[in-house]
Amino acid sequence: MSPRLRRRVFLVAAGAVAALLLWGLSGLPAFGDYAGTYGTVLNRVAVDERHATNVVAAVTFDYRGVDTMGEEFILFAAVVGVAILLRAQRDEAEEPPDEDADDRRAPGTSDAVRVLGLALLGPIVLYGIYVVAHGHLSPGGGFQGGVVLATGALLVFLSGEYVTLRRVGPETLLDLAESAGAGGYVAVGLLGLATGAAFLANVLPLGQPGTLLSSGMIPLINLAVGLEVAGGLVLLLYEFLDQTLVMRRQGYDI
Amino acid sequence: MIVLEVVVLLLVAAGGTAVVLTRDPLHQAIVASFYGLLLGILFLVLQAPDVALSQIVVGAVALPLMILLALAKVRERRQ
Repeated sequence: MSPRLRRRVFLVAAGAVAALLLWGLSGLPAFGDYAGTYGTVLNRVAVDERHATNVVAAVTFDYRGVDTMGEEFILFAAVVGVAILLRAQRDEAEEPPDEDADDRRAPGTSDAVRVLGLALLGPIVLYGIYVVAHGHLSPGGGFQGGVVLATGALLVFLSGEYVTLRRVGPETLLDLAESAGAGGYVAVGLLGLATGAAFLANVLPLGQPGTLLSSGMIPLINLAVGLEVAGGLVLLLYEFLDQTLVMRRQGYDI
Repeated sequence: MIVLEVVVLLLVAAGGTAVVLTRDPLHQAIVASFYGLLLGILFLVLQAPDVALSQIVVGAVALPLMILLALAKVRERRQ
């Protein structure tokens, strides 16, 4: 097929796709024109039923709690998969660690990055904890707060050296956080079964709406998810950085 | 509000085009990070702050980071 013919076929196809898209777009309901009944009902009853002022959290961690448990285990499985794949390769290239060797150091970090990174570390970790703890009150929750917490580890890596990061967050502790987070979600769910209700039923006292200790089990689940996500993401970072170190020790310039 | 929506939508369109037009994967990771941030702003303007927060942490931080780390690994292999 000559380039000219190919371009003509493409233009015809692109025109047809654009026409179909425009046709479909013209039939869309206007923004904010919500036709579903489920959301409208939940907006009315969620605060009364669950005492959670963030209705999104009430849906993801309570009404639809089992779905979110599945999502959490997707991330858990992904992190475990990466760890298994990369750890096997690391062992193949194992050499005695040499802490003082020049090639073990990260490429030069400028003072500006160091200062900014260290100055941001405290606020970022505090903000991550805030987002996790207020998941049932305001936008946020375990997933978002967990990733914010994990960026704290990234800041340590950027502003210091990888070795410092390993000292601040030992791998065993991260393994523990990730597993405790994933298992904690199930444990909170079993609490419902133990009291004779359904799995993941919200059996704890609901408290005063709008306060930190309210919404029953939603803050507990948020905490578990936050632990799991933060631990899992920092582990991912470790595994990739370990690989870089192995390669650097083998004499690659990276 | 409509004006703000149109402006942000146009920015998102420009950002998406920029990601596609950037050929070098290393540069693309950074451009994709900005694009993730733009999408986060779009979700905020469309009154979905929960989704916006997830989009910013995943699209603007986690995804570009994974791309950068994966690129570092692929480059080692090639050398």
